[in-house]
Amino acid sequence: MRVLVIEDDQETAAFLKRALKESGHVAEHAADGHTGLDLARANVYDVLIVDRMLPKCEGLAVIAALRADEIRTPALILSALGEVDDRVKGLRAGGDDYLTKPYAFSELLARIEALARRTSPEEAHTRFVVGDLVLDRLSHKVARAGEPIMLQPREFRLLEYLMKHAGQVVTRTMLLENVWDYHFDPQTNVIDVHISRLRSKIDKSFTSPLLHTVRGAGYTIRDSAH
Amino acid sequence: MTALTKLFRTTTFRLSLTYLALFSAAAIVAISYIYWNTTVLLTQQLHQTIDAELKGLAEQYRAGGLNRLASTVAERSETPGNSLYLVADASERRVSGNLSAVSPELWNSVGPVEFVYSRPAPGGVEQRLAYANVFRLPGGYRLIVGRDIEDRRELARMVRSAMLWGLGVMALFGIGGGYWVSRKLLARIDAIATTTRTIMEGDLSGRLPVNGSGDELDRLAESLNLMLARIEQLMAGLREVSDNIAHDLKTPLSRLRNRVEAALREPYGEASYREALERTIEEADGLIKTFNALLSIARLEAGAAGESREVLDVSALVGDVAELYEPVAEERGLVLRAEASKPILVRGDRQLLGQAIANLIDNAIKYGDGGFASGGAGSRPEVGVHAETKGGNAEIIVTDRGPGVPLADRGRVLDRFVRLEASRSEPGSGLGLSLVAAVARLHGGSLRLEDNHPGLRVVLSLPTNGGVTGNGAADHDGHLVEIRPA
Repeated sequence: MRVLVIEDDQETAAFLKRALKESGHVAEHAADGHTGLDLARANVYDVLIVDRMLPKCEGLAVIAALRADEIRTPALILSALGEVDDRVKGLRAGGDDYLTKPYAFSELLARIEALARRTSPEEAHTRFVVGDLVLDRLSHKVARAGEPIMLQPREFRLLEYLMKHAGQVVTRTMLLENVWDYHFDPQTNVIDVHISRLRSKIDKSFTSPLLHTVRGAGYTIRDSAH
Repeated sequence: MTALTKLFRTTTFRLSLTYLALFSAAAIVAISYIYWNTTVLLTQQLHQTIDAELKGLAEQYRAGGLNRLASTVAERSETPGNSLYLVADASERRVSGNLSAVSPELWNSVGPVEFVYSRPAPGGVEQRLAYANVFRLPGGYRLIVGRDIEDRRELARMVRSAMLWGLGVMALFGIGGGYWVSRKLLARIDAIATTTRTIMEGDLSGRLPVNGSGDELDRLAESLNLMLARIEQLMAGLREVSDNIAHDLKTPLSRLRNRVEAALREPYGEASYREALERTIEEADGLIKTFNALLSIARLEAGAAGESREVLDVSALVGDVAELYEPVAEERGLVLRAEASKPILVRGDRQLLGQAIANLIDNAIKYGDGGFASGGAGSRPEVGVHAETKGGNAEIIVTDRGPGVPLADRGRVLDRFVRLEASRSEPGSGLGLSLVAAVARLHGGSLRLEDNHPGLRVVLSLPTNGGVTGNGAADHDGHLVEIRPA
């Protein structure tokens, strides 16, 4: 995955570049808004990581300029401003996701991987399949190894999101934002309990688990046989 | 700038002067109009009178010649009044009439003329103005018929002096009054300015003087005082926050530092380093959470957040958040009972209200099982959450069967970082309820803590959206009966 990091803080940029490289991605860096805009126009990237407060050209303006040029590269906005209003502003400017500083790198990684996946021509998928687990979005039915599994509506949406991002790490905040549409910290590990309920329904009576916990990051659903 | 020029530059004084000029102009116009009309009327009457006299005299003259005319004039001269007559021969000698001396101009003129004549008066002779018509009769005779119009001149003089006096008095009162009012007003403005200056110098306890008259300055001062009170409160809040930050953030920071230091001192070992680092990250995450919560509260209290308001159904939101927490409650051995109700519409920020409800439920779950549960053997303690309308407000009510909060502590637990002794064992920042209170305040609502007999009953009250609700008192009672133990 080719990532462009537009970030004026040298240390943060260096950290991001190194960490992205270690995760198997190619990262390029622009230290101000103008350079970032030029690079994003000239090259093809899978994801942009854009800081909000940038010298020369503000982060949201960079994204807006790209969108005006019909460049739809998914963009993750990084910001120290974390209020809901700021998030709304960021998404309205054309950003695809919003992450508040300080953040865990695992969170950032999970989010940009989810974003990059989104560019693949979405989403005529009416069925998600992971191993022998099948989720049908039209009939709202889930079955594993041919056996139907009864899920609550919310559990269905949780599984749907996980399966949409099968093989990728999905963090607790991503689940809270995308499945529940809450952008606040629920204090207790509510997501973990929901996951363990879901797990008991889809994994319990089967030998090979599909829903895995990624330590310090979140969850992933994948067929461990592969 | 001297006190006097300062006074003359006040709006009140300038306003007084403007009004003075306007009123004077109006008075001049009005009086002049009346005077002019009166004069015209009087002149008309004068001409008519003289014409009538002349007509009569001409008839006499035609009938009886000069002698008849002279006798009629003599007769008419006898009647007291303002009429003046003279019949004189060519050598200016009076034949009859009450006009004595005739000036050469009058003698030589023909037709209507104004002239001054002298008339005996008490204490000498007075000069009076008159108007007359002069006719030449055959044989060098003259007939003069006129009227004394000295009264008219007197009237003009009177009007003129009345106007001057009136204007003078008006100017005097206008300027004096303006000066007096301006000085009074200026004194109050100066008092306000002085207070403002002391406030700017840092004494936020200062308040603008209010004299109780309820006038516009008083009203202004009152609302400024309210503003000052709010500012003082905010400043106090800010001070309190910085004190709290110093206290409650420094502790975990130094803990974090100690841990890293201890790890450095330890002999090399990847496992121990790894563990130390992981715990450091944990500690840092906790700090970030606390910090975020503090910032949110500060922003909420400054009224700077929550611009993304919409009309939403709190009843549905309550159900939604309860659903999020239901598994956690179950894991904790509690029953989270969310009772559905009809839609209750409120204008608010979904995220903020969601977080407030989440904090309340989270608290209830954390402290709702504190061994004080009254459910009795076998049954699990219950956490209840529902929304209802009461007196035009939407109330979100979260109840638990935990230890509750003693009456004395109920105000205090809403403050930042306050954690009751009983709750120290649970993880938490002590900011949860402060945030809920701040959210309530931002939405124009309130947060109340009540006794649930036993346990805690927290009521988050929000104004409904223009009273558009589908709930009533019957529902309100119904819900409570279901929650309270029989």
